[in-house]
Amino acid sequence: MRLTVNRRTVVVKAHPLTRLLDVLREECGLTGTKEGCGEGECGACTVLIDGQPVNSCLVPVAHARGTRITTIEGLAGSHPLQRAFVEQGGAQCGICTPGMIMAAAALGPHPTLEEIRTGLAGNLCRCTGYTAIYRSIQRASRR
Amino acid sequence: MQGTLRGRDLLQPRSLADALKMLRNEGPLVPLAGCTDLYVSLNFGTLKATRFLDLWNLDALRGIELRGGALRIGALTTYTEIRRSATIRRRLPMLAAAAREIGGVQIQNRGTIGGNVANASPAGDTLPVLLAADAVVVLRSAAGVRRVPMTSFYTGYRQSVATPEELIVAFEIPPVRGRQWFRKVGTRAAQAIAKIVVAGVQDREPRLAMGSVGPVPLRLWQTERALGSGASLAEAQQTLQREIAPIDDLRSTAEYRRQVAANLVAQFWNSRSGTTPGR
Repeated sequence: MRLTVNRRTVVVKAHPLTRLLDVLREECGLTGTKEGCGEGECGACTVLIDGQPVNSCLVPVAHARGTRITTIEGLAGSHPLQRAFVEQGGAQCGICTPGMIMAAAALGPHPTLEEIRTGLAGNLCRCTGYTAIYRSIQRASRR
Repeated sequence: MQGTLRGRDLLQPRSLADALKMLRNEGPLVPLAGCTDLYVSLNFGTLKATRFLDLWNLDALRGIELRGGALRIGALTTYTEIRRSATIRRRLPMLAAAAREIGGVQIQNRGTIGGNVANASPAGDTLPVLLAADAVVVLRSAAGVRRVPMTSFYTGYRQSVATPEELIVAFEIPPVRGRQWFRKVGTRAAQAIAKIVVAGVQDREPRLAMGSVGPVPLRLWQTERALGSGASLAEAQQTLQREIAPIDDLRSTAEYRRQVAANLVAQFWNSRSGTTPGR
């Protein structure tokens, strides 16, 4: 099966029901995407499919065929959100961070605080660092 | 993932007709689409089914349109599509309100209204809306089409009148007059599964439906009749207590649910906060 991940074509051998999360981590070696709850509650495994955030633990790889998949690696470490998270203390333990950033990347260019809170309602931070996370996203949107 | 994929098959039909043939000739098959419910049990190793029918790419099952005065919503329509639809916000604002409170954005981007109905959880958030709106479930099989009122769709806990050869393809919703109201009570606005979920239409003949207060989501026929016939709120709340059968479970207790259900009926009846649909 051919997939388009971070603008590159990759060929994977996985069973069509394999979770996209497992294909990304194990076949593509893209371990930036984390597994948290494995049931769509925590958002740690968030990636973008055609620009829309999804929980990759709930997506069979068969449903990703023919789409554009973007993972945290696709932001190349230099995205304004990534820099803002570093500068503003948006990451504590770091497990939720890739998912938070991918959900934030799907928000419009200048989200309001309310839009940020709604857009990230499906992403949980066990360190409860939400204030710094929202601050990071607001700061990035000013760049 | 704790579940295994060994011995599991995914059939991938190219068209709706193809899918219906597979259901007839190669069943039993479990249809899957957004996978937001199914993959939870697959991940945890509690899903027994081994053969699945992939509906996700059947675009004939997507879309929101007005047909002969009725609102028609394809079964594969996602919650994101529902909340963004100007037609739904105008015609059935209580459904847009429900879609906004289901999961987070990630779930809303994949979860479908047909899946919510097929999953048949008594806590499903869109189910009281469809009950209160007098929606009709459109079922198709290789043999033809049949239409079942949502109010007679469920027959018991996670049981419905749909046969294994039938697919839910759409919902048809006649125009709804009066103010629409939706309220979900849970631990948190996003992600939480409802302790109680309620939808209502305030009109001369009010309509009210509730989830998580019985083995199936309930249209509260007697309570709404009491309210519509001029009974006092207290009388209507007593009727409600006879009409619901909540249980203790991991999300709440029967006692709490009875109290909150009564409070919600009062809130529905006294409040002016709902939305009246546009023309």
